[in-house]
Amino acid sequence: MSAHHALTADDAVELVDSRFSVPGMRCAGCIAKLERELPKVEGVAEARVNFSVKRVALRHAPAVDEDALIHAIEDLGFEAQRIEDNPLGTNDADRKLLLRALAVSGFGMMNIMLLSVSVWSGAGGVTKQLFHWLSAIIAIPVIAYAGRPFFASAWMALKHWRTNMDVPISIGVLLASAMSFYETATGGEHAYFESVVMLLFFLLCGRALDAMMRGKTRAGIDALLGKMGKSAAVVGDDGSVSRVPANEIEPGMVMLVAAGEALAADGEVIEGSSAIDNSMLTGESRLEPATPGSEIHAGTINVMAPIRVRATAVASDTKVAEIARLMDEAGQSRSRYVRIADKASRYYAPAVHTLAALAFTGWMIAGAGWHQSLIIAIAVLIITCPCALGLAVPAAQVVASNRLLKEGLLVKDGTALERLADVDSVCFDKTGTLTLGEPRPDVSRLGEEAKAVGLALAQNSRHPLSKGLSKTLLAEGVAPAAISDVAERPGMGVFASLDGTEVALARPSETSDHPTSELRIGEKAYVIHFADPLREDISQTLESLDALGLESALLSGDRVEAVDAVASRFDLTGKGGLSPADKLEILNAMKAAGQLPLMVGDGLNDGPALAAAHAAIAPGSASDASQQAADAVFIGERLMPVAKAVQVARATMRVVRQNFVLAIGYNILAVPLAFFGMVTPLIAAIAMSISSLIVVGNSLRLAGAAK
Amino acid sequence: MNGLMFLIPVALGMGALGLAMFFWAMKDGQFEDLDGAAHRILIDDEDEPK
Repeated sequence: MSAHHALTADDAVELVDSRFSVPGMRCAGCIAKLERELPKVEGVAEARVNFSVKRVALRHAPAVDEDALIHAIEDLGFEAQRIEDNPLGTNDADRKLLLRALAVSGFGMMNIMLLSVSVWSGAGGVTKQLFHWLSAIIAIPVIAYAGRPFFASAWMALKHWRTNMDVPISIGVLLASAMSFYETATGGEHAYFESVVMLLFFLLCGRALDAMMRGKTRAGIDALLGKMGKSAAVVGDDGSVSRVPANEIEPGMVMLVAAGEALAADGEVIEGSSAIDNSMLTGESRLEPATPGSEIHAGTINVMAPIRVRATAVASDTKVAEIARLMDEAGQSRSRYVRIADKASRYYAPAVHTLAALAFTGWMIAGAGWHQSLIIAIAVLIITCPCALGLAVPAAQVVASNRLLKEGLLVKDGTALERLADVDSVCFDKTGTLTLGEPRPDVSRLGEEAKAVGLALAQNSRHPLSKGLSKTLLAEGVAPAAISDVAERPGMGVFASLDGTEVALARPSETSDHPTSELRIGEKAYVIHFADPLREDISQTLESLDALGLESALLSGDRVEAVDAVASRFDLTGKGGLSPADKLEILNAMKAAGQLPLMVGDGLNDGPALAAAHAAIAPGSASDASQQAADAVFIGERLMPVAKAVQVARATMRVVRQNFVLAIGYNILAVPLAFFGMVTPLIAAIAMSISSLIVVGNSLRLAGAAK
Repeated sequence: MNGLMFLIPVALGMGALGLAMFFWAMKDGQFEDLDGAAHRILIDDEDEPK
């Protein structure tokens, strides 16, 4: 196609696949840009975008390393993250199995229905016999195939002496099939194959929809979490180097950490000096020096030069793991909200079996004959199956999560929505939450040429300020100038030449109280000032929160004056100079006073507050630990998803309550009818499918809830 | 009855064909990126001199 360097398929090297999560893609333009530009990178043969899960799959030569690929994607103006090989494999397989089962049951249903309709409309004698046999021939393989998801789940439950929704479904399906087969073989009046297959079809519709929406939501979350070093190069006693997975590293082992590599264990530097990017732990973008003797933590990234590190704490003893555990414990008090529906289903399923057995014995005693009694028992079994009840909560949660994902907010689990719906006040952190949390340059005084040169230079550096500069310039649509002889000197800047002129993006000669950088083109020099700007839609967000009846407050560890300035600008109550313990205390006091606060924060210092709050949201740029503690994570530069989250969560709870009423109401109406023999298995199958579909349909209304 | 002998296999065969096509489409990955497919139609083809 377009590339000069591009490898062709018949190149001798064996190409490998890597997948990257690129959450920033939004439109057709992004797809085109990624798919056209990436193959122009040396060593990359093919790029394929999956827009639904926001991923890029690259086929490339094994010599090209991950960092170079991520860098190439960043040069196009997108953030990227490596995805481990197939983390969603099982999930994906589940979804595919359900879709196949759905297709097969759909095929079976249509054909059997065709035959059944002719039987109902009066076909008799041999034709009827033939049609029953044909139905049986189609239905039995279809049921065996399409029923597998239910049979497997029911079998799992029974093996552990438990019962779930799939047990009555499976028993009903098997009984009705066996009975229909007996009827067919003995030339009886009725066969119920169409009811069985239709029941499976509608149930599979619900399951497949559920699996698809879940898959989408989970893909987004996996992309944000899971960044810690997965393995390390360990130096043996004889000096040999081998890769050891993170969970097999032992204290005392010496790790060789390359520049750009994430640490897999806590340790002490024993050789070499470099700078460490702690942003994953602290949310702070400033680099910290690492020299022999200094202590560094798992999850942080070595930026400048290779170092040797002796592991001191590994796996579950690392600081990252410890923080995660502390937060887990702090968060335990919140998980007392056991899902009501699950609980109900647990008591409900045995009740269904008892009821069906009662119906059977009752009618036997009443003298209806075993055939009639069995049909009634099957109808009871099918009609009382608690599917609608079981779907009431998850269907609403899945639709709402998906809706919020489109708004840029990832909800981590269903119970998070329950808590978000209850909150009555909001506490914001300042840095990184109300502000973007990354340096943004003021480029208004740069000319066309300066911008082009600045971008070209910034793209060649890993420094946080350079990254901020290239992001801003790319967003303005600047094209990089063609520079050559690029050299990055640690601590000094990036130097290059443009048509013989010396150009540089370097540390400025004068120091100032905020980060600055100097762009030199020949004799001319421009000072670029960096600041951490406020998010643009703060006032709209606060207005929306106010309209929802939530009070907002500002809790920050920043200087009191800085906090007061922001607080008065947005008319908030603000408290500055708070330590993590102070924040925790304030939140606990609010909870003690009967309030249900929502905490929005990013740094490690917000961690305890996030865990203690009734509900918590963190920005995507937050430290991993904070994202772990939060119920939801919002990505992008807008703060609005926070308000949307509360709005959608409340709508979700309304829908859940409606669903409960619908599902319970249906059972109250239908069960007595079935019990007293007024419902055939066909009508039971239709009624039960419709009740499930109504619940799903009601939940789908949430898709428009955030508008 | 003769008509049925002919029509039923035809109906079943067509259904099975549809099913087979769906299985093929799934194996081919046509349902992997539904949102992407909706967007791709907006991408202009590159006018490259041959």
